Amino acid sequence: MKQIVLSAMLLAISLSVMAVAEPVKIGLITTLSGPGSHLGEDVRDAFRLAIERGEGTLGGIPVELVVEDDGLRPQTGVQIAERMRERDGIGIMTGIIFSNVAMAVVPRLVRGGAFYISANAAPSQLAGSGCHPNYFNAAYQNDNLHEAMGQYVTDVGHRNAYILAPNYPAGHDALAGFKRFYQGDIVAEVYTQLNQNDYAAELAAIRAANPESVFFFKPGGMGINFVRQYAQAGLKDRIPLYGPGFSFDERLLAAVGDAALGVINSAQWNWDLDVPGNAEFVAAFREAYGRTPTLYAAQGYDAAQLIGSGLAAVNGDISRADALRTALLAADFPSVRGEFRFGNNQHPIQHIYARQVVRAENGGLTNQIVGQIFSDHVDAYAAECSM
Amino acid sequence: MLLLLEQILNGLQFGFMLFLLAAGLTLVFGIMHLLNLAHGSLYMIGAYTAATVTAATGHFSLGVLAALLVTALAGMLLEAGVFRRLYQREHLDQVLATFAVIFTVNELTRILWGRAPLYLDIPPALAGTIEIIPGAPYPVYRLLIIAVGALVALGLYVLINHTRLGMLIRAGASNREMVGALGANIKLLYTLVFGLGALLAGLAGALAGPILAIEVGMGENILILTFVVVVIGGIGSVRGALLGALLVGLTDTLGRAFLPGLFALVLPPAPATAAGSSLASITIYLLMVLILVFRPQGLFPVQGQHGA
Repeated sequence: MKQIVLSAMLLAISLSVMAVAEPVKIGLITTLSGPGSHLGEDVRDAFRLAIERGEGTLGGIPVELVVEDDGLRPQTGVQIAERMRERDGIGIMTGIIFSNVAMAVVPRLVRGGAFYISANAAPSQLAGSGCHPNYFNAAYQNDNLHEAMGQYVTDVGHRNAYILAPNYPAGHDALAGFKRFYQGDIVAEVYTQLNQNDYAAELAAIRAANPESVFFFKPGGMGINFVRQYAQAGLKDRIPLYGPGFSFDERLLAAVGDAALGVINSAQWNWDLDVPGNAEFVAAFREAYGRTPTLYAAQGYDAAQLIGSGLAAVNGDISRADALRTALLAADFPSVRGEFRFGNNQHPIQHIYARQVVRAENGGLTNQIVGQIFSDHVDAYAAECSM
Repeated sequence: MLLLLEQILNGLQFGFMLFLLAAGLTLVFGIMHLLNLAHGSLYMIGAYTAATVTAATGHFSLGVLAALLVTALAGMLLEAGVFRRLYQREHLDQVLATFAVIFTVNELTRILWGRAPLYLDIPPALAGTIEIIPGAPYPVYRLLIIAVGALVALGLYVLINHTRLGMLIRAGASNREMVGALGANIKLLYTLVFGLGALLAGLAGALAGPILAIEVGMGENILILTFVVVVIGGIGSVRGALLGALLVGLTDTLGRAFLPGLFALVLPPAPATAAGSSLASITIYLLMVLILVFRPQGLFPVQGQHGA
């Protein structure tokens, strides 16, 4: 009897607490298991950091973060999104890492009236004809970093390039993005198998072709394999290697080792970027998690801040969809990338930097900004978006 | 010509790597009739152990040694704890149970080592390249893998054909009830064979560590190819596993290396690249189909006293 009374009292207390400050629920669907799960971990941890630094709020509005693991399976992502939407009544979601999961989840979600703020995945379809008023991308458009490398390799003056990517949609997009801005000749355009481990055959072919430069896009473990085997084959000192920042985040660098030292890669953010608030973010992240934030962490943090700016404008009432949309589009938040604004397709118009892999003070490897490749770069699909 | 020789070397190296995995898998399948999907997990355990011990001690050789010990132990523990109960069950049950082992080991690995991939470098003595073919510098470490693979193949040949344990293994593959009836300790034999298979998988994982990304899920990636090798070679046959592995390694490497170029002779560049890389990704499966059409039991089927 005593226990029943006690639990009833507890229930009453918790209900009254909820009534006082009903937090806005935010659904974070991300990849936390299997290969590539450190990307999801960084987005999640940075998002949490933003909430912690706001003492449980984003933009002054109390929030509750619901985290689920999609396991890099589109159908799992769809199930989680539906559960969050129907059962938990969550109206604002974020966090998906991989474009194939995003393509399964996002269009259905935003058509149903929910808001989706991407912290990483940015397939071309959602930036072009499939753009939607409820979909915002706080990271980039997938092609951006490849386009930047195309521009950079042109600027350096390499007359030809040998380019490689895995044989799947994002791989084709990557090389198309590179070629969009590269002015020199393409020696060969090679598509390898997805999840291929061993690149001995490709490396022998590169040595035989003897190009002036090599550009590669190999996400996750494939990139570790490729960069290390490239160095082991003795190619690193003979033919300069270039890639997007995806294969050179600080956590991958720890696994790649010195094979990556000196490589130039592209990113829209780096820990040493000198803009207001960035140093504080990096310091807070390092203190909370004991590691240097990656670009994914920066994207997660900015997604949280963007959501905060929207929530503040509608005072936490996300049923005021029009007002929320207007506030999100204004992107009035202190991005760790510095100035941040959206284009017509609600993707960032932003600077993209060249980074170089250097040795950090602690003996590990890290990136350092060595130049700016694009300023106020607009993605290639904005014109196809009718908003 | 130079490039062809170099690519053949690459194919051999890939083949011997597959052989180390396939040998254990085919032994376990041939003798215990166990369909072990978790073989790749042992490979992963080998790589993680080698990376951790090498990082702690600074010696790659100690890392490899530890990987052998740990995977052999892990294999025998799994055999005694889980797989032993599956020998009499249907293959579907075995697939389900060993699939569960994959998930469990992956999750344990993530808990123990975290989500970011590990780092393991080639020991300085084996780094660098050597011009074994004049004009085409080849990584020393990859030559080492070829040498180790060949040594293991030789060792297994001696073990299986010229020792008492090998005789029991061959007998067990042909008729396990009879071996038991003749008084051999079949339980112990199974555990030992499983330990041996696990040890070879661990060796493969440790050797792959400096070349490949050490990450959760690395075992599943290579497992499919390993199964292709086992099926091509003939289930239960180590000789078949060796030949199958080298065939798969060479076909895959040479296909990737030369098919796009061959297509470019008859097609414009863009379609040639597309067709070449698409066909290159399925050459080994075409090879498997071709072999199975003419030799449905694989190249060296295990039958009667014609053992491994």
